[in-house]
Amino acid sequence: MRRSVVVAFVALALVAAACGDDDTGSTSASEATELNALVWCDHTDPALLAPFEEANNVTVNVKDYDGTGVALGILEQSQPGEWDVFVVDSVDVPRVVEAGLMAELDPADYPWDQFFADVDLPGTHYQNGNLYAVPEKFGYNTIAFNNENVPIEAMRDVESLWDPAYAGRIAVYDYYIPVMEQVAISLGIEPAAITAADLPAIEQRLMDLKPHVSLIGDVVTVQTALATGEVDIIVGGGEFVTGVLTAENPAFDWVLPEQGGIRWQQAIGVMADSNRKELATKFVQYIVSPEGQARLATSSCYWAMPANSQATLTADEKAVLRWDEQPGFVANSDPYFIPDADLDAAMLDVWTRFLQG
Amino acid sequence: MTSHEKSTRKGWALSGPALLWTSLFFLAPMGFVVAVSFWRRVGGTLDRTLTLDNYRTIFEDDVFTTALRSSLEVVLITVVASLLVAYPFAYILAYRVPARWQRPLLILAVLPFWTSYVVRSYSWLLVLAKNGVINQAMMTSGLISSPITLANTRLATVIGFVHFFTMLVSLTIYASLTQIPESYRKAARDLGASPVATFLRVTLPLSMPGVVVGAFLTFVLAIGDFITPQILGGGNELLLPQAIMLQVQRRGDFPLAAALSVLLLVVVGAVYAVFARRLSLERR
Repeated sequence: MRRSVVVAFVALALVAAACGDDDTGSTSASEATELNALVWCDHTDPALLAPFEEANNVTVNVKDYDGTGVALGILEQSQPGEWDVFVVDSVDVPRVVEAGLMAELDPADYPWDQFFADVDLPGTHYQNGNLYAVPEKFGYNTIAFNNENVPIEAMRDVESLWDPAYAGRIAVYDYYIPVMEQVAISLGIEPAAITAADLPAIEQRLMDLKPHVSLIGDVVTVQTALATGEVDIIVGGGEFVTGVLTAENPAFDWVLPEQGGIRWQQAIGVMADSNRKELATKFVQYIVSPEGQARLATSSCYWAMPANSQATLTADEKAVLRWDEQPGFVANSDPYFIPDADLDAAMLDVWTRFLQG
Repeated sequence: MTSHEKSTRKGWALSGPALLWTSLFFLAPMGFVVAVSFWRRVGGTLDRTLTLDNYRTIFEDDVFTTALRSSLEVVLITVVASLLVAYPFAYILAYRVPARWQRPLLILAVLPFWTSYVVRSYSWLLVLAKNGVINQAMMTSGLISSPITLANTRLATVIGFVHFFTMLVSLTIYASLTQIPESYRKAARDLGASPVATFLRVTLPLSMPGVVVGAFLTFVLAIGDFITPQILGGGNELLLPQAIMLQVQRRGDFPLAAALSVLLLVVVGAVYAVFARRLSLERR
């Protein structure tokens, strides 16, 4: 009996040791060999991380999230110093800086002369004259489609979405801000100028679209619908939806309408309380380097344009991303406009009625 | 201490762990949800002043009343369709299939439940898609000339639900049918009742406990289901679970989500109250 009790205690001790604190930032050994990054899922691709890990003899531990709110929740529940690198939507940089989460960066560490024009967004990446995040990737919430069933000329005109010829062939990405902003653009309203007074017109336009809509869903749902032929068009989609599918079916395409569209951007920075700022900075430098940018742009999770114009992409990869059209697309697109709380709530009310309608 | 008191104490002692578990992990959280439903979200913070505002919103806003009505419609159609499919299956299994084949057939019937609920929903999506099995079969046979829309509709949600719950209802009805002594039906026939009259006046009434239990379980599980309408319905109409998730994920409005959850609980409770007397597989 006594022997079995001793065995049980030993087993418990071993289990406790095995399940103990795995906080990679808590031991000196791990400090030298590991880096923890809170990222969008495109950074979890081993093909992106491997070259940096091998070159620096380090393991990059990544945790992906799907919205800044979720990331902030994770950070709130983490120990100080647990995270070293943070990938965040550019529009949210000001609020994470205000929350004291980001470390100041030295602009001289990054290849600003290689970045595409207009994606540096100094108003968001710089706060109070200090740099806190570096642009790394961008794309569009626009129109994705199957070019075998829908001519690209039609998709370059956003009005086509309301053409009865496409009734039942449209999926809508279930993210109200960019889709409503795209609808606003179709009405001639600048996204940043949307007010509560514009919402009835936007709602009417959405409701006019609803009879043509086959489904409304998240990225995977609309992607599946396009891949299975259930729909031919995704409103709110873009290269981030079709890029990874193009190898299987080159007919999956995307375009920015001539009326304009919405541009999303990601930025990367170092956490303010990181204990490995030097290594974290090296990782950020790798991500925005031509090699890192090519791998990030073609990540197995989703494709999108690299911020660095020198990214070492092949001609085919550039074609999928509509590389040659980027100057025009960037100039003709508006960065995400984040409404204030009241307008956000009113927009969500409209979107809820659209879902129910 | 009398033997009755001893027995009572023993009963409490034996049921204590279960009561404690239920109190800690069901009653206490449920009580918290009810309390939160009387709070309000103001800006990004919670106002803990007790108010009926959330309930007022639910009954005044068309979005929520429509969600409730749609949920009830979908679930009632599901319950009726599941019963119509399940009863004949259970009847044949109980009375027409030799005893040695009943168990293997029951195992085959529940086999789909061994797969993930999400996988089953996505499988149905592929079956119902425009280039899915059903459309392809109908087009090949010349029944239709172009694909019809089946996926991403209320019909798809109901089909998914009926598939999931038919087997559950079959099991409860089968359990009821096998409890009916053979002599009852024989007596009815000996007294001149036709097969239809025997079924309507003996078998069906005596199998009602299984029907009611199956219908109630289907109602409870379907009305609170988020996954099936989300995957098969294509997000084209908001049911109550979707409306709840919308408040949590998009608005962070936990008080309104809590009030909607309480409404869901009240609906289930009301249905339980109506059928409580018959919710037993034992014949009375």
